[in-house]
Amino acid sequence: MDTLALEAKATGQEKKSSAPRPRPKPPKKAKRIVYFEVEIVDAKTKEKLLLLDKVEPTSTILDIKALFHKSNPQWYPARQSLRLDPKGKCLKDEDVLQTLPVGTTASFYFSDLGAQIAWGTVFLSECYGPLLIYLMFYFRLPFIYAPKYDFSSSKHWVVHLACMCHSFHYVKRILETLFIHRISHGTMPLRNIFKNCSYYWCFAAWMAYYINHPLYTPPYYGQQQVKTALIIFLFCQVGNFSINITLRNLKCPGSKVKKIPHPTKNPFTWIFALVSCPNYTYELGSWMGFTVMTQCLPVAFFTIVGFVLMTVWARGKHRNYRKEFRDYPTLRSPILPFIL
Amino acid sequence: MSAPAMGTTKTAHSDVAPKKKRGPGALATAYLVIYNVVMTAGWLVIAVGLVRAYLARGSYHGLYYSIEKPLKFFQTGALLEILHCAVGIVPSSVVLTGFQVLSRVFLTWAVTHSVREVQNEDSVLLFVSAWTITEIIRYSFYTFSLLNHLPYLIKWARYTFFLVLYPMGVTGELLTVYAALPYVQKTGLYSVTLPNKYNFSFDYHTFLILTMVSYIPLFPQLYFHMMRQRKKVLCHVEEYKTE
Repeated sequence: MDTLALEAKATGQEKKSSAPRPRPKPPKKAKRIVYFEVEIVDAKTKEKLLLLDKVEPTSTILDIKALFHKSNPQWYPARQSLRLDPKGKCLKDEDVLQTLPVGTTASFYFSDLGAQIAWGTVFLSECYGPLLIYLMFYFRLPFIYAPKYDFSSSKHWVVHLACMCHSFHYVKRILETLFIHRISHGTMPLRNIFKNCSYYWCFAAWMAYYINHPLYTPPYYGQQQVKTALIIFLFCQVGNFSINITLRNLKCPGSKVKKIPHPTKNPFTWIFALVSCPNYTYELGSWMGFTVMTQCLPVAFFTIVGFVLMTVWARGKHRNYRKEFRDYPTLRSPILPFIL
Repeated sequence: MSAPAMGTTKTAHSDVAPKKKRGPGALATAYLVIYNVVMTAGWLVIAVGLVRAYLARGSYHGLYYSIEKPLKFFQTGALLEILHCAVGIVPSSVVLTGFQVLSRVFLTWAVTHSVREVQNEDSVLLFVSAWTITEIIRYSFYTFSLLNHLPYLIKWARYTFFLVLYPMGVTGELLTVYAALPYVQKTGLYSVTLPNKYNFSFDYHTFLILTMVSYIPLFPQLYFHMMRQRKKVLCHVEEYKTE
């Protein structure tokens, strides 16, 4: 900035300071806050659990949960479900009291969601199990196959390749859980960890048993089949990783603001133009590649079950996207372009 | 404490009219009525067949052969029930319906039909009799419900007879599977061994044992679910009658 401009700026400031000060406005009348009376009732027994007097209208559901937790320490906020109707929808933590369809005396119906566990813990448990279980079968630990095969190694190179692919997949998932995923929901019911883990762990054991079996038969079309399947597997793994990165960049840390995911410069994300949940599409592709590579029926079964589950999740997410965003691209399908 | 704001009440949120449960359309109802009438008639044919064969022989041994064909036909026809749930013309759970129907179809084809040696067992007659009475009541219950003319007797029978028929049927089923085990092990029926190009093995004998074990947690759940339903449906009717 040149000196003239600086001088002009300085004189301007002097003028400002020499100008007569405006008369101070008379103090505003303090606005009378209408406090709320909040009653928490057990959804099942209809028994009154707590009456909160003088609750500020700007209080959120999370604030009410915190107050309820103070008087009932066994029910921490994540464990609580508050509804306006015993069989109604569960209220979100960020919902503000004054925006809810209640009078100044509000009744909330409480139900206990049971012991909760962090999503990250569940994801890690889901992934560590299959990784270790598969390796137990790969190294042929005692009591799995006949004693003469203990700690022996398969003569088929596809078995070693399958182990690398399986391990790579789960190591990738663990690293993504630790460093990439931004989980909006804090917790899930504790019983889910048993359900989810038994699903992943049992399937991993079932697949590993046959792939690493001493009587394993290599794929019918040999190297050509294995190499083609490996390319599909790796392509989909890179694709899945790219999608997870894109979804991460869509959310700011700690934010719950949702945006429509769009294709980026990365060619692997271009599938966003056709599919709402390409992470599931790529996951399905990976397992299809693994099925072809190993030519193993239990793997095919795992792929089919996974496809059914992912389709259910994808349709749910797709429905939510369409509900939340009016301008959501109409061309998109939940999981398979133009099909499903 | 300030007074409630004008026009708002404590129960403001509950003023919303409850969603009306939509039943199946006219075409679907007509189809379901026909389906249930046919199934009721089918199971009546099985019941009559059993009684006639018993009167003709004077013994209940080997009665299975007299009703083998209609039993297979109408029990397999129950697979359509899963489809009805999946399509949504019947509001039941696909998983629960599927589990119940498939277990019976499995027993009809994969056990009784496949292991000829068990067809003379008394346990077969035990579960067939239980199924027959249960299904006649159940399908007639559905038929009358769809026509909105449900006699109390059928409703009562539907929620009372199971108290005896469920344990009777399950006992018959378990004894039949148990009787089939040695024959399955000896012949290696439906078993697949390694090596094969699909890299998969299956031992039908072990599968049957696991099936029997699965009855331990599943049967009580189903039985007590029906008990709760009975309490809900029949107690409600009793209250209504006494008013």
